[in-house]
Amino acid sequence: MMQIMMQRTGDAWFRTITFLFALSIPVLLLLLVIILLGQAMPSISHSGVGFIFSSSWDPVKELFGALPYIYGTLISSLIALIIAVPLGLGAALYLAEVSRSKFKEYLAVMIELLAAIPSIIYGLWGIFVLGPWLANYVQPALRSVLGFLPIFQGPASGLSMFSGGVILAIMILPTIAAISREVFQSVPNILKESALALGATRWETIKLAVFGPARSGIMGAIILGLGRALGETMAVTMVIGNRPQISASIFAPAYTLASVIANEFAEASSGVYVSALVELGLVLLFVTLIVNGLARLLIWKTVGKSNTL
Amino acid sequence: MLKSKMFKRLLTACFGLFLLAGMSLALTLNGAGATFPYPIYSKWIYEYNKETGVQINYQSIGSGGGISQFTAGTVDFGASDAPMTNSEIAKVGGNVLHVPTVMGAVAISYNLPGVSELKLDADVLADIFLGKIKKWNDATIVALNPGVKLPEDDILVAHRSDGSGTTSIFSSYLAKVSSDWASQVGAGKALSWPAGVGGKGNEGVTGIIKVNKGAIGYIELSYAMSNNLPVIALKNRAGKFVKPTIASTSSAAAGAMKKMPADFRVDITNAAGVNSYPISGLTWILVQKQQRNAEKGKVLVDFLTWSLTTGQKFAEPLLYAPLPDSLQAKVLAAVKSVNY
Amino acid sequence: MENGWQKQYSLRKFKEKIFLWSVFGCTAIAVLPLLLVISHVFIKGIGAINLDLFYKLPTPVGEAGGGMGNAIVGTLILILLACSVGLPIGILGGIWLAQFGDGKRGLFVRYAADVLAGIPTIVIGMFAYTLIVVRMGRFSALAGGFALGMIMVPTIVRTTEEMIKMVPRSLYEAGLALGIPTWKVTLRIIFRTAWSGIFTGIMLAVARITGETAPLIFTAFNTPYWNLRLDQPMASMTVTVFNYAISPFDDWHAKAWAGSLILIFTILGVTLLVRKFSRRVQYG
Repeated sequence: MMQIMMQRTGDAWFRTITFLFALSIPVLLLLLVIILLGQAMPSISHSGVGFIFSSSWDPVKELFGALPYIYGTLISSLIALIIAVPLGLGAALYLAEVSRSKFKEYLAVMIELLAAIPSIIYGLWGIFVLGPWLANYVQPALRSVLGFLPIFQGPASGLSMFSGGVILAIMILPTIAAISREVFQSVPNILKESALALGATRWETIKLAVFGPARSGIMGAIILGLGRALGETMAVTMVIGNRPQISASIFAPAYTLASVIANEFAEASSGVYVSALVELGLVLLFVTLIVNGLARLLIWKTVGKSNTL
Repeated sequence: MLKSKMFKRLLTACFGLFLLAGMSLALTLNGAGATFPYPIYSKWIYEYNKETGVQINYQSIGSGGGISQFTAGTVDFGASDAPMTNSEIAKVGGNVLHVPTVMGAVAISYNLPGVSELKLDADVLADIFLGKIKKWNDATIVALNPGVKLPEDDILVAHRSDGSGTTSIFSSYLAKVSSDWASQVGAGKALSWPAGVGGKGNEGVTGIIKVNKGAIGYIELSYAMSNNLPVIALKNRAGKFVKPTIASTSSAAAGAMKKMPADFRVDITNAAGVNSYPISGLTWILVQKQQRNAEKGKVLVDFLTWSLTTGQKFAEPLLYAPLPDSLQAKVLAAVKSVNY
Repeated sequence: MENGWQKQYSLRKFKEKIFLWSVFGCTAIAVLPLLLVISHVFIKGIGAINLDLFYKLPTPVGEAGGGMGNAIVGTLILILLACSVGLPIGILGGIWLAQFGDGKRGLFVRYAADVLAGIPTIVIGMFAYTLIVVRMGRFSALAGGFALGMIMVPTIVRTTEEMIKMVPRSLYEAGLALGIPTWKVTLRIIFRTAWSGIFTGIMLAVARITGETAPLIFTAFNTPYWNLRLDQPMASMTVTVFNYAISPFDDWHAKAWAGSLILIFTILGVTLLVRKFSRRVQYG
């Protein structure tokens, strides 16, 4: 009896302590929002709702509109996901389920390391290597095949929404690949073995026995990747062209919320201007909130409610 | 088990190290601000430390950051490529001295294979950056450059995307000389650009110019020189086409001496003088006139005095223009007036 | 009939082939840019690597020698500080989410973590600046470590949760059936089984913060001198590399590439060491 009671208290403590740590995450976020709101107040009263719907950003005349930045953030992250998700999942499947070579362990560690390269280095590499390569080879190829679509029209340029999306894809690949590889590997072998024993091919095994239990983990990996794409600054800034415009073509320059904050915050000193930059941070926070919410809805609609989302 | 033992040992070791370090900590002055003078300030601090043992720590966090940290009091001195505005000075109760340290020029660089010499005047330059002139073989450019074979390429304007003193100097020059620029764009550290693409930092704009044929952009002179990029000879107030060099930059400050205000907050773009390069600028260290800490105040004044005298000889090798003698004497006198 | 069966069989084999080739192709395409970036850094950086870099203090342009010893130490200290913030919140928070986070409260915490993941690191730096630097009146390693720790949280919390959920329910139930309390089962059995995956998450987070510059500039600041005091400005590799990379001088550019190379190898070393160490604990 005594022992059971002690167990109960042990469990209660365990639950409380872990809960407090979990709770600190929303608390930190809330604190962040409050501090940002406080600093954004002058700008909110200066620009009002126009802040979100206006597309001119002129610090000299103190006109602040965030629309092109919101657009740039959404589209560049979307491009990054379209490229990085299939590649990352494919690579993760290969490393976890297909390859038997010893080399794959090194490959996995290497992929993790890529996250450690300072983003200024990605940026410089982007300007001098990636941008010109995309402009000279990839963009003309895309245009010749899919040029009837407006998004692939216009002159090729290394400084474009497309370049920004590609460099983001490269930067979020390690996150998506490394985490989903771990997820695939931790699917209980018994499930895979049962499928194989029934004569399933590896593809069928993965379809039948791996994707199901791994679904929630994969979503977690993608959402973390998306988060990084939405908030990345330095590397994107180097190749996206930094022009606040909304253009149909992804070969035209664009600008993202995170970039403009990183670009202008250090040099801004006047009150309303600094405040407007902080408000951009808040807008980005809400964009992230909405994008994450939509992603959840989408998954609930397509694969049913899962307790992890 | 093993983990926690190791962890405890590690913790004890760390703690011991911190104690040790705490005892040996010397007086360190912290300063923050402009990126542009970072190489020269690092050099001065290094040399001064060798001579005197004084530890000064300067970090480039941007001019705006320099002003706000100076105002917040988190650093012992600030630094900026643009002087503080009147309202910013009011925030520190007027307790600030702007100390000019070195000068720089903003070069207009371009990428046109086969064209090594190019001349422009203020109006054409403004029209290019306003996006009105779109081709390299535009009649106005051809007229200024007889005998130069200009291609039919599109002009790609490259500007800074980050807020910067370079942009501030460049745009205040254009606002002075072009009424279109003044009304449509104006002057500031970050602008609403009518044309072109933005690169982050001097290195970003330099990169854009390097890899894009037909590009034109403004960068600090040192980046043009170290990357061997061609620069444009710009028509100055006296009507002469002048290329940015260390000499033509210093000359601009000398040309602006007549109108030098007592607090040194001066814009020396479009300065007088036959050899003056028109897009030049000063950079300042911001110090409190009335120092709060006597020990730190003395070190700071000594360091500034050393920088303005002995230190000036390090400017040229690092591609900065030293202060002209006339200005140097005035600044030294002002530094002497700092109370501590 | 037999024909149809054969047809189906060859179709299945065909699909399998497509699958194998496409995942192989994905891996190749995914690894290619990564290899390119690393080899770019390697080629540019290897020439400037020398012993001085590891233990000497930085020197100005044109001065021979000089290193970033203080920044290497500073980076390691900042990582330790960040871990002391990020690991408890991330791991314990992740355990709670996996074990008890089914309800609305779980949804709320998870949502918060995902939103936190999307906040630009410079904004987190601003937050740490307002919260710590302004109050203390000076820049400090503590503020930098706090900012980096906060950046680590989303990655660790989400991987911990997902990895614990992947542990078969039967293992958990077997533990409970033996009369072991929930918390013990979770820590001793579930956590250890999930450790390899959680560790990957931690390493990803550590690698990520090691490469961060923006949140450090307004918090840990930087310094050209040796410093181990946590309430003073602390040097870091990334800020040093950043300063060098954006300068106009080849001399400093070489050091920037070399610094990036050292950064990659530092992380590699830490990963391998911790992997070895953690394995010993697990089975020892």
